[in-house]
Amino acid sequence: MDLRFLDETPTDTEREAVDSVLGPPESGWDGGTRLDTDLRYARGGHTARDRRDLLLPALHAVNDRVGWISPGALDHVCRRLTVPPAEAYAVASFYAMFALQERPRRVVHLCTDIACAAKGSGPLRDRLAERHGPPGGHDGDVTWHESPCLGMCERAPAALAIEAGPRPRSAVAAPATPGAIDTLAAASPEPAANGHSNGRANGVPAHGPGTADRDLPAAPTTFDDVPLPGTDPEPAPADAVPDAGSPDHVLLRRIGRVDPLSLDDYRAEGGYLALREALRLGPAGVIREVSDSGLVGRGGAAFPTGRKWQATASQPDGPHYLVCNADESEPGTFKDRVIMEGDPFSLIEAMTIAGYAIGAHTGYLYIRGEYPRALRHLENAITVARERDLLGDDVLGSGFSFDIEIRRGAGAYICGEETAIFGSIEGERGEPRTKPPFPVEKGLFGKPTAVNNVETLVNVLPILLMGGPAYAAVGTEGSTGPKLFCLSGGVRRPGLYELPFGATLRDLIEAAGGMPEGRSIQAVLLGGAAGAFVRGDELDIPLTFEGARAAGTTLGSGVVLVLDDTADLVATLVRVAAFFRDESCGQCVPCRVGTVRQEESLLRISRGGDPASEVALLREVGQAMRDASICGLGQTAWNAVESAVDRLGLFDAPGAPARERTP
Amino acid sequence: MDFSAPYDRLTRPLVRDGGELRPASWEEALDRAAAGFRRGVQEHGPDSFGMLSCARATNEMNFMAQKFTRVVIGTNNVDSCNRTCHAPSVAGLSAAFGSGGGTSSYAEVEDTDLIVIWGGNPRFAHPIFFQHVLKGVRNGARLFVVDPRRTSTAEWADRWLGLNVGTDIPLAHAIAREILHAGLANETFVQRATSGFEEYRALVEPWTLSAAEAETGVPAEAIRELAHAYARAERAQMCWTLGITEHHNATDNVRALINLALLTGHVGRYGSGLNPLRGQNNVQGGGDMGAIPDRLAGFQDILDARVRSRFEDVWGRPIQGAKGKTLTQMFEAMEESEIRTLYVIGENPVQSEPETHKTTSRLRSLDHLVVQDIFLTRTAELADVVLPASASWCESDGTFTNSERRVQLVRKALDPPEGARDDIEIMCDLATRLGHDWERPAAEDIWNEVRSLSPMHRGMSYARLEEHQGIQWPCFSEDELEPSFLHRRLWAQDPAERGEPAPFGIVGHSPPVDLLDEDFPFRLTTGRRLDDYNTGVQTGGFSSPLRRGELLDLSPEDADKLGVADGEVVRVSSRRGSVLVPVSISDAMRPGLVFMTFHFPHQVDTQLLTIDATDPIAGTAEYKAAAVSIERVTEGAEEPVSVR
Repeated sequence: MDLRFLDETPTDTEREAVDSVLGPPESGWDGGTRLDTDLRYARGGHTARDRRDLLLPALHAVNDRVGWISPGALDHVCRRLTVPPAEAYAVASFYAMFALQERPRRVVHLCTDIACAAKGSGPLRDRLAERHGPPGGHDGDVTWHESPCLGMCERAPAALAIEAGPRPRSAVAAPATPGAIDTLAAASPEPAANGHSNGRANGVPAHGPGTADRDLPAAPTTFDDVPLPGTDPEPAPADAVPDAGSPDHVLLRRIGRVDPLSLDDYRAEGGYLALREALRLGPAGVIREVSDSGLVGRGGAAFPTGRKWQATASQPDGPHYLVCNADESEPGTFKDRVIMEGDPFSLIEAMTIAGYAIGAHTGYLYIRGEYPRALRHLENAITVARERDLLGDDVLGSGFSFDIEIRRGAGAYICGEETAIFGSIEGERGEPRTKPPFPVEKGLFGKPTAVNNVETLVNVLPILLMGGPAYAAVGTEGSTGPKLFCLSGGVRRPGLYELPFGATLRDLIEAAGGMPEGRSIQAVLLGGAAGAFVRGDELDIPLTFEGARAAGTTLGSGVVLVLDDTADLVATLVRVAAFFRDESCGQCVPCRVGTVRQEESLLRISRGGDPASEVALLREVGQAMRDASICGLGQTAWNAVESAVDRLGLFDAPGAPARERTP
Repeated sequence: MDFSAPYDRLTRPLVRDGGELRPASWEEALDRAAAGFRRGVQEHGPDSFGMLSCARATNEMNFMAQKFTRVVIGTNNVDSCNRTCHAPSVAGLSAAFGSGGGTSSYAEVEDTDLIVIWGGNPRFAHPIFFQHVLKGVRNGARLFVVDPRRTSTAEWADRWLGLNVGTDIPLAHAIAREILHAGLANETFVQRATSGFEEYRALVEPWTLSAAEAETGVPAEAIRELAHAYARAERAQMCWTLGITEHHNATDNVRALINLALLTGHVGRYGSGLNPLRGQNNVQGGGDMGAIPDRLAGFQDILDARVRSRFEDVWGRPIQGAKGKTLTQMFEAMEESEIRTLYVIGENPVQSEPETHKTTSRLRSLDHLVVQDIFLTRTAELADVVLPASASWCESDGTFTNSERRVQLVRKALDPPEGARDDIEIMCDLATRLGHDWERPAAEDIWNEVRSLSPMHRGMSYARLEEHQGIQWPCFSEDELEPSFLHRRLWAQDPAERGEPAPFGIVGHSPPVDLLDEDFPFRLTTGRRLDDYNTGVQTGGFSSPLRRGELLDLSPEDADKLGVADGEVVRVSSRRGSVLVPVSISDAMRPGLVFMTFHFPHQVDTQLLTIDATDPIAGTAEYKAAAVSIERVTEGAEEPVSVR
């Protein structure tokens, strides 16, 4: 609680990076030079502490600039924001993408999660280890990590490199060849020291001096739009949508047809008509249409959006906030990335409508840290929208005031949990909160908040353009509208598919060209790591909320990960267990301990342990996690394993009869 | 180096024979103690006796201590270390409002709009109170801190004003003048509930912002900001501690702060008030119980014959109709041999009073010194009889009264160690030997006697205290609870109900007595750190990861100028003495200002440096302002020992 600052000084570069986010220090008390006036007077208190939510952006600024957060830099951030260093350390060390020990400027994240493992990330990992030593090394020109899902499953295996510098740069290799990995992991020389450190966006306006005479583009973005030298350009966002341009698309209809950086393109394709319609309907009218549409959340929980908005809008406490959950981290999910990269303005428009409906004047767009291109496209979209009065004090001349702040995650799956995201934005550790109170009552900064997933929000545009009832006519009675499915794994054409609710698993797989010659389906993982496996003979399951429920499984976030007959299911389960163990925030015991025990047990099986006794232990641990964890992470951490045991019969004695469908 | 100074609990009485303390039986020790008091009274009269009562012991113990003094001995010479901290607050508040307690409650601090903490570092010294401050801050209250140092309390503040030591009155007056000139005074309240306003207006008129800036060092704009914030706040709490009261003109300082509340109407309302923060668990209760020389239980005036007669009726003995001696006066009177016997219960004046040498020689000059304590303190080492007592807070039943005037039950959890006895039991045994056959009353019986004599405690039966988990005074009747704040009457329409108006204090600026000059250019101020308490008797035995022993906090600028490094031992000298102490370089300090505690008297005896200039009204010494010099010491002399 007390401010015990460290006896460490930041370098000029670190100071500059922090001050580019926070503005110049006011006095010697908040990190500036000690002046005579400081001996008699200090300002601080609420003004300083109210900026606590800039802690995460400030940490990003340092990490982006020098590649790691030194004690001196941490201390400077703390002095600027009146945050005890112990607390800031707790926050910084919460996130996988921040380093608190010196490391090379370039970091390669190699995805070794389920989809990429099934597509051969293993040899790439060995190659990196051979050439650059074990993961997380601090010597040499580059360092590398094994990463959880990078959200590029349609072109697995994937790798992402981020290099700190005056303007950080990134590059991806997907599908990653050994040659592409070598290029990603080839260090580039230290850039010239003069200049380019101010004016980075970091999601908040920069106050730093000297932004005027800069050769940055008009809309400065956090990441340089030029990829790391020598790397291949990233394929267009539309390449993730195999049937891009299909006339049946509603949500994806602009993907591949518009320049994602161009507002004019967006408007030429029907952009901002929905916002105009919303302003005509009024907030209550918007909520009515959304309620009538039957839209439910696409992030996995399937909560009716209209009810959430109504509950938020009706709270007497204020201000109200909108949070767009773009922390897409469920392994196997990449739909939100494709929307944000390929049609970013649609999300900005949808957030504006949502903010209007719930009575919010600020929306936070919380995007995962591993999406540099999506971040760049959104930063551009917001800047351009502000210039055209589509965001700001007087949206479309209606008198409605709304703006969006981007907050970038830093590598923590848990921050996609609807309350953990608040802590992360507020500058605390991203730990889930107990409910009630629910976010609609006490959410971000303790105020009424609607948290919506990206896909959920962009559905609002067709709802307003078609009208709620017409939208409700699409799909089935229990699951209305179109749905995005993230199809990855062994199918011929993995990618993002839009189908109206009602299609079966078989329809989807056939749309992707089915399985390659000679391959059969061993299992399909629905809903991601928190979801469940179904067998290859269960392809008639309808891909609707009610259909999945009836079949004893879940749609979750729309992940459909097909494991063919060559996949090592036990290894997959070990990876799932390792993922949860790694991503558990550690706040509550069932999850903190349970995820470790689960992984240990599966590792013992994979090394020849007796499945019968391990399954009994797994079941008990899994039940404890499901019953007693605070949030969905712990509650679902055993789902996939359970389904592999009970549905796939993975650990049944050889020769035992195949299982019947067990709901 | 181990800075802790653990004491072993006393479990055997000690008596002095041939200059040495030796163990004795309880019978012998009590006989010796009683005989000394008896002889003193016989030869020099009752006013040659003095009693120092314990601000950490229960109300019941304090009541019995003052009763022992007044009834068994027949003098009003009873006081406590309250004198060294908040007596000026009591004096100032009594002068303005007729009673000496803080006017608000903790809950109101959580529910106010502005909190001013003036001359205090409650984050360290009053951590429980500070939790309430933080709740207030979290609820949106703005926090202003006025203190020469940028303390850890100030780090939480919206504004910190770093004034020169001992310039509180100019700052307060300038705030008042600014409020008046900005038309922000609460005219209704001033007119209705105060007196002496015109004189006050004239008094503060010379203190323009720039005049105050020149005297206090605080930028004019910052003074203006505080003035406007305080006057405009709908609710405001003014809180102070020893930075206000440990000055030679301490009562005046308190009056100057009270004036601001009178000017703006920030008193007598929920959420607005004046709060001296007390440092000992029962420093409020000790005074409430009459363990002070000028008041009987319930702040009843000892000069009022009607009041005395009610006590006399119950106690069956006349009470002197004159004020007794304060602690400070008692020490001075030892020099004149007016005080010849002293009964010290749970106090350690050798290490808590200024100018250690003087205190020690005064205590040595006594005919008879009895110390009743749980440890063999430095004061006990000088005693003729040492009586091993119980630790009141865990080894006896009774009540405590906290800073918000809340009387709370304390329940006995442990028996005292074999050989030690309960304070009240010891006093009763002494009283019996001195001809007053006091039974050993139960705590509740004593409390009921308090209730029968003190109207403001009347409604607080033990049963009710338990039921309500403590009750704030005043509580006149068993049927009602009074509001959580005092002096609502001042807002009444009806003049009769309103009663005496609160007078503005017409107080002038008087800089610290110990002047800075070329030989003693540094202003030494003293205070506490978080993990230690006063002279360390009660805290030294506990380990603390924060404890670094005594240190001289010094600004980085002065450290540069003196060429000393962090941790280096320097010689600090005042006009009275000199000590060796390691330096701690701290941003919280500014050039010319240094800081020490008095937690580690075995290591560094800070009181060798301090001055015993005292407040004439309340008798509190100016611990907060000494003039010192700092010298580097040569190699080989670095063992930090006090130089006598």
